[in-house]
Amino acid sequence: MANALVFIDNPGAALKKSSLELLTIARSLGETAVAFTGELNDDVAATLGAYGATTVYLPSEEDLDNYLVGPKAAYLAAAVASSGATAVLLDNSPEGKEIAGRLGIKLNAGVITDVVGVEADGTAHKSVLAGSYNTTAKATTPVTVLSVKANNVEPSPVGAAAAPATATIEVPAGAIANSARIAARTEKPVSGRPDLSEARIVVAGGRGVDGDFAPVEELADALGAAVGASRAATDAGWIGHDAQVGQTGVTVSPQLYISAGISGAIQQKAGMQTSKVIVAINKDAESPVFEIADYGIIGDLFKVLPQATAEIKKRKG
Amino acid sequence: MKIVVLVKHVPDAQFDRHITGSGNTTDRDESILSELDEYALEAALQLAEEHGGPKAGNEVIALSMGPSGAVNAVKKSLQIGAYSGVHLSDDALAGSDAAATSLALAAAIRHISADGRPVDLVLTGMASTDGETSLIPAQLAERLSYPQVTFASSLEVAGNQVTARRDAGAFSETVEAQLPAVVSVTDQINEPRYPNFKGILAAKKKKIASLSLSDIGVDASQVGLAGSWTVVESAEARPPRTAGTIITDDGDAGIKLVDFLAAQKLL
Ligand SMILES: Cc1cc2nc3c(=O)[nH]c(=O)nc-3n(C[C@H](O)[C@H](O)[C@H](O)COP(=O)(O)OP(=O)(O)OC[C@H]3O[C@@H](n4cnc5c(N)ncnc54)[C@H](O)[C@@H]3O)c2cc1C
Repeated sequence: MANALVFIDNPGAALKKSSLELLTIARSLGETAVAFTGELNDDVAATLGAYGATTVYLPSEEDLDNYLVGPKAAYLAAAVASSGATAVLLDNSPEGKEIAGRLGIKLNAGVITDVVGVEADGTAHKSVLAGSYNTTAKATTPVTVLSVKANNVEPSPVGAAAAPATATIEVPAGAIANSARIAARTEKPVSGRPDLSEARIVVAGGRGVDGDFAPVEELADALGAAVGASRAATDAGWIGHDAQVGQTGVTVSPQLYISAGISGAIQQKAGMQTSKVIVAINKDAESPVFEIADYGIIGDLFKVLPQATAEIKKRKG
Repeated sequence: MKIVVLVKHVPDAQFDRHITGSGNTTDRDESILSELDEYALEAALQLAEEHGGPKAGNEVIALSMGPSGAVNAVKKSLQIGAYSGVHLSDDALAGSDAAATSLALAAAIRHISADGRPVDLVLTGMASTDGETSLIPAQLAERLSYPQVTFASSLEVAGNQVTARRDAGAFSETVEAQLPAVVSVTDQINEPRYPNFKGILAAKKKKIASLSLSDIGVDASQVGLAGSWTVVESAEARPPRTAGTIITDDGDAGIKLVDFLAAQKLL
């Protein structure tokens, strides 16, 4: 019997860091099992074992990815029943949250999203109202479903561990009929930069870049950072919508957030104000972003960013 | 087509927002129609218009669950263009989590379907601007056994099928589902219209139905804090971020920035 079940959705050739974080948290809750979808190669199986998973469940159906969340939630509910787990951990991606939501109804289980920390008894910590409150919440039901934000624990393996056992879970027959079908899918080009939601450093540009993201991108590359943007910049088409940070974009909580040419509207702050250190570059001293910046520079981003990039390159040799 | 749009009355994010009292729920003074719901309302109005408007038998019903003030979210929706409104209100609903909220909303939607004209489409915003969990569309769909399509950035209905585009994550997707369905839309889908003078006058004549729990056949123990499956045990205001050092660029701010990053061990 497992105590915690971690959902890992189609990771491809290697596990994402966020999955390793979930496995690390799961271990603190007790014996861990994994509900897996996609191809389980030997490397991935060995990593799951090294992170303490004793059983890996696989679905009887292979095409769960052709539907929106419904069949995955049904599969996961069946895996919870088989494993006896009392805590289910998922990614905090939009899809992870939706699977969590549907699973909660199927299992009569409380769901807590946007979790940043989990205690051994399942109490969850999160921040709400755009980062203005820290709360602790708990499910009052026998099973707890938690979607956990990335970057809140250091992943740590248990050391040398046996490869986990595998078991197949029958996906309930009705699950597919009632789901939306994905009729077409195109993969977006990948940038080679770190994933925005998981990056340790984010450099973001706003309307102030006036169509030219090069200084933002060059500083990001010098720092090994992800590139973010305000909605004004994505709406203008200067950069893809995926880069939008904020209420209706990605929420980030990196070690360092550098905001350049962004005024700091409430919807932008909602996505970045839990960053550890905030640096703002803006030529308007009255910009609200300066109210929350640890280090603010009143100046022209086209002068400040390239100078900083050159200086970093010089110091790194 | 019979379209229900979920509209929520939420604290205005332009002001400080507070968590108060027993049960750690959000203070709802200074509330407004959640701006992300305006995109869902606009999408509903456009769909109804494309399919012949009210004359062709289309309906756009704004549904809000919440205390007495929440009727303002319905009124605003009527001013923007919703054809009629429903306000589900009951003291027992206070403090409902997503599970309890979705239970009450599912019952309200069954009630709205019970006049012989079943609901075809439930439209919602991508998240409420207060709770921001995005759980309601998924949980409502699960309770109603409807397919869900979330984060739609475009939307079409032809015959019995809804087709949407989604742009989230690593893929762009085209998604199809059979009606009835729950669809949540992003703020990329359209430009919401504003209420004009004519709309504001017309809204006064539109009907708002008031529903209580007994009307929708839900027991008080199934909702509110009693019917919720999660509890907020504590809530502490985070100390607001205070401004740090602010400098004006004298030609070397880029270098000073790197000094700062080095001192913070961020290089
Ligand atoms: C429903 C809704 C959801 C939203 N969601 C989001 C969201 O998720 N994320 C988001 O970011 N916004 C969001 N917004 C938009 C938000 O309200 C602001 O409009 C937006 O963040 C403004 O972007 P900005 O700061 O880049 O532009 P502006 O507010 O125009 O600010 C540009 C700034 O650049 C500065 N500047 C100009 N030139 C230079 C230069 N050469 N060097 C230095 N500084 C310069 C200016 O002084 C100014 O402060 C949302 C709005 C709504 C209504």
